Parts: sequence; structure tokens; C-alpha cells
Amino acid sequence: MKKQIATLILAAGFASISPAETLTFDFKDAKGVNNAVFKLDAPLEAISGSANGVSGTVKFDPENPAATTGKIVVTADTLHVPNPMMKEHMHGAQWMDVAQHKELTFEAKSLKNVKTDGNKTTADAVGTMTMKGVSKAQTVPVTITYLKDKLGARSNGQMQGDLLVIRSTFTVKRSDFGINPSAPTDKVAEEIELTLSIAGAAAK
Amino acid sequence: MNRALNILAALVVLGSVAVWLALGANRGWTKTSAQIKAVDEITGIEAITYEDRFQPGLDFVGAGLAVGGALAGMGFLILATKNKRNKASQAA
Repeated sequence: MKKQIATLILAAGFASISPAETLTFDFKDAKGVNNAVFKLDAPLEAISGSANGVSGTVKFDPENPAATTGKIVVTADTLHVPNPMMKEHMHGAQWMDVAQHKELTFEAKSLKNVKTDGNKTTADAVGTMTMKGVSKAQTVPVTITYLKDKLGARSNGQMQGDLLVIRSTFTVKRSDFGINPSAPTDKVAEEIELTLSIAGAAAK
Repeated sequence: MNRALNILAALVVLGSVAVWLALGANRGWTKTSAQIKAVDEITGIEAITYEDRFQPGLDFVGAGLAVGGALAGMGFLILATKNKRNKASQAA
């Protein structure tokens, strides 16, 4: 009997010190704040706009942020610029061809240079960027903020759980992804600066 | 006719400049939507939404100048043709 009790106590002890569960965060944000901002700064013209059709999932372990992986998807037809003709051209076959290539994705396979301070982790996410049907290996700097038990505050108590905020700013070359590579670079910059500000939720 | 076209040309040019100035004097391309930013208190993310708003740009002013110029040109052509006819009738 004593042996059985000791075994139970040991088992309970091991259970309590077992690593924290990896959480899966869903980035289809009900509040619609998630966005990707793009900027092209050419000598003759600066173009900027945003996209808000963000979705995807990220697996994050609060005890081991370095093991973070996931995939973020931006729906191409949510790319918006304030000039309607420019938007029509941008969605067209020469530029983003949103009818054929409906998604822009970044799949993070691993993190390197991971530094964690409190609930904030900075790292370089190594993965694959896919735009206009072209996939390329890309490493992007990310800042990940883990907000434990903050889902309730954001959903007026309707749901309980954690939030994960990811921010990243990086550049891609439009010619790498076949985005109208012949367009003059004095009018449309070759480098596209992308800024991602997204929040995902893991309900309990 | 010539006078009417010149007045119309001036109205088009002045009108396009006045509308451009009144709606914000946007020095870029004409916009039909305006960005609205709001910070999400919990995540700190700056949410971006757009509302429908017409903001004429320099292309709008350029179009006004082109239409005004075309009208003034038409007026000049009418005047020139008229003068030519008058001279021809006087010579006859």
C-alpha cells in the first residue's frame, strides 16, 4: 500500500514538472486588427498600402519559444491601396495576379538567434516565403510577445485563453517573386518593405 | 460662342483647383478611400481600416487643366475661323 502511495506521489510530481504544453494560436482574428503593411519607395513615386486578410496558425511553447513554428497566410485580394486604378493594376496579372495566386504565405520552420526577456522573444524566423506562386527561402526578424490569459480581456470574457502577438519588418525583392520584374525601378521600387503586425489566440 | 468657351474653360480650371484645395490638397494620386488607424488596447497592434472618401490628387488638377485647355483651344479655333471668314468676306 505504502509503495502504491509513493508511486502515485512520484507520478504526480513528475506530472507537475513536465514541460508546458505547446499551444496552437489561430491568427484568424475576430477583431480584424491583424494587418500587413507594404511600402515601395521609388525615386519618382512612393506606394504604400495594406492587407488585412490574415490567417494561419503558430505553435508556441511558452517554456521553449525557440521551438516556435507556424504558417501565416495573407489573402491576396485584401491588398489595398487608396487609388482605385493603382489597386486594379496591383491585383492584375502583371503585378500580384490575385485571381490566380490567392495567397501570400510565410511558413516558419525554425527560429535562430532566439533571445527571451520576460514575455517577449526576439528571433530570426527561418522559413519559406511564397508570393505569386514563387517560393523562396527567407529569414525574417520577428518579435513574439506572449500574453498569458489575455484572451478574456480581448473578448469581453466570452473566451478564455492566451494571445500571441507577432511583429516583423523585412524586405523582399519583387523581381525574386516575378512581380512585374520589367517595371522601371525609378517608378516602382524593386524592394518591398513588409511590416506584419498580427495577434493570434489560443482558447482554453 | 468663343467667350462662352473661355468662361467655361476658366470655370473648369478654377473649379478643379478649388475642389482639390477644399478636399485636402493631396499631392499624390487621387484616392477614393482614406486610412483610419486605431490601436488595439490589449495587443498594441495598430489596426488599419479604410473608409470611402474622395481625395482628389494632382492627376485630378491635371485633368481639369487639360479639359480647360481644350475648351480654351476650341474657343481660339472658333475665333480664328470666324476672323478668317470675316476677312474673306471683306476681301470679296
